[in-house]
Amino acid sequence: MDQATLGLLLYVLGLANLAAIYAVMALGLNLNWGVTGLFNAGVAGFFAVGAYTSVILTAPDSPHFLGGFDLPLPVGMVAAMLVSGLIALAIGAATIRLRSDYLAIGTIGIAEILRLVLKNEEWLTNGVRGITTIPRPFVAETALVSELSYLAMTLAILLVLYVLLEAALNSPWGRMMRAIRDSETTAAAAGKNVDARRLEAFVLGSMLMGLGGALFAHYLRYIGPEATEPVTTTFLVWVMLIAGGSGNNRGAILGAFVIWTIWSATELLTRQLPPEWAVRASYLRIFLIGLLLQVVLQRYSRGLLPERNPAERGATGPQDRTL
Amino acid sequence: MSGARPIIRVEEARLSFGGVRAVDGVSLSVARGSITGLIGPNGAGKSSLFNIIAGRYRPTAGRVLLEGEDVTGLPPHALFARGLCRTFQIPAEFGQLTVRENLMVVPAGQSGERIWNAWFARKRMLEEEEAIGRRADSVLEFLRLSHVAGELACRLSGGQKKLLELGRTMMAEPKVVLLDEIGAGVNKTLLAELAEDIRRLNRERGITFFLIEHDMELIGRLCDHVVCMAEGRILVEGSAAAVRSDPRVLDAYLGGGRAAA
Ligand SMILES: Nc1ncnc2c1ncn2[C@@H]1O[C@H](COP(=O)(O)OP(=O)(O)OP(=O)(O)O)[C@@H](O)[C@H]1O
Ligand SMILES: [Mg+2]
Repeated sequence: MDQATLGLLLYVLGLANLAAIYAVMALGLNLNWGVTGLFNAGVAGFFAVGAYTSVILTAPDSPHFLGGFDLPLPVGMVAAMLVSGLIALAIGAATIRLRSDYLAIGTIGIAEILRLVLKNEEWLTNGVRGITTIPRPFVAETALVSELSYLAMTLAILLVLYVLLEAALNSPWGRMMRAIRDSETTAAAAGKNVDARRLEAFVLGSMLMGLGGALFAHYLRYIGPEATEPVTTTFLVWVMLIAGGSGNNRGAILGAFVIWTIWSATELLTRQLPPEWAVRASYLRIFLIGLLLQVVLQRYSRGLLPERNPAERGATGPQDRTL
Repeated sequence: MSGARPIIRVEEARLSFGGVRAVDGVSLSVARGSITGLIGPNGAGKSSLFNIIAGRYRPTAGRVLLEGEDVTGLPPHALFARGLCRTFQIPAEFGQLTVRENLMVVPAGQSGERIWNAWFARKRMLEEEEAIGRRADSVLEFLRLSHVAGELACRLSGGQKKLLELGRTMMAEPKVVLLDEIGAGVNKTLLAELAEDIRRLNRERGITFFLIEHDMELIGRLCDHVVCMAEGRILVEGSAAAVRSDPRVLDAYLGGGRAAA
């Protein structure tokens, strides 16, 4: 294999790895918004909590941050999910009863606070310098094998999650959650404990975002405060879900792969810019993605793979359903 | 009314929305096993009273007793668990669920509502689903909705949505059902059949009905006892015939008409 082909292959594998990690988070957001109608605007916060939790638990001892627990990676990932879930439980307990916009405000606020904590508490996180001694599993002789093995792991995790979430969505559990999304009042009158159930979905979705954070940190072997910017997490994951098809697990996964590919391509584009434009690159990319979302929604108003109710008989009627 | 303990008792209930006193000191009893009617001009506070009884709104003052127990301020799902079921005047169906699914949501205690069971106790879950599905099918047949069972509920007509509201109460195992204008928008023939069914459920299963209705003929046909509200208060109560011919009732309706004109 010549160098150019190898380079391209590594690029594609890197793309696929990150896309699969984003897909885990998009599945989490689908559980929140797509299935239960919860406006979680704090994806970045749960992502960060998951990333730092797993890193701190698995990294070797260091004078620069809390660590030295040297725990195995699976423990770190499970802990990432648990800590994200606990934080979601605390936020949700305070805000889930309120109107949905308060949940949005609450989650934005908490995500921002967490970001500042992670940036400023140097004893815990090494502050703005970030952590670079993160263990990564399956590191092999060649980059190709390393990339492939990590991808195999993320895809396996993604597959398991997909199977579990599909089973849940098509069970009485999923039916009840969708009912709560469609009409909270009627669901309550049908005997469902709306607050408790929404909290449940909120916690489960946030746990997946935490897992995404852990996978991300162990893949890049670096985590710093800039990785928890809302733009590269909250914003992108939302675009992935909406473009892919809110309410549809496959749509969430497809959206993650498509949008992440395009997002990476925009970086290639903005790299071509003259130096005086380089500082504008970051917001140009966001603008391009926003524009793209508009274009997609013009053509596919409910995303590339819209929510499809398997119980529905012959969906031939007009498709103008409300969100 | 007999001396038996009423199934619902409302004591001095009040509910204000800003300056509007929607319910302004209402006390009433609904006898167990009865079909009780609630009438009154538009804006009289009938739906608001239902919302208080069913736990949607907490009254600003007063109490609600269900089978003698104080249930004031309990959330709707807790009241449902105690056997109280209600329909909404303006249906808010689960739009992205099929009509059949709308009904299948209702039964309490489904094991598959725990995500754990949905993953690891599938056999039991699927057996329950069969039974619930069969029950939903029979309710759909009863409501003449079988042909739209697989349609998304958001596509139903206004009258069909009303029927689906009623269907929800039939999927529960209620002791008392509050029906808020279930007849509005439903055609006469079907309504007559529904009235017959309500009477049968009442007689055979002892379900108490408390219903808001503008159709006086239907009220006369169904109800043992009728309460008339106006401007947040109870105006008159008694037998359907007595309430219908009461001059104060006629006046309230006419007064409402004058105000609207
Ligand atoms: N959620 C609400 N917010 C504000 N005002 C309300 C609300 N619900 C009811 N009201 C007011 O309370 C009063 C009583 O309304 P209610 O719906 O109880 O009347 P109703 O007797 O059911 O009338 P109708 O026969 O037209 O259904 C009205 O003036 C109405 O505007
Ligand atoms: Mg009303």
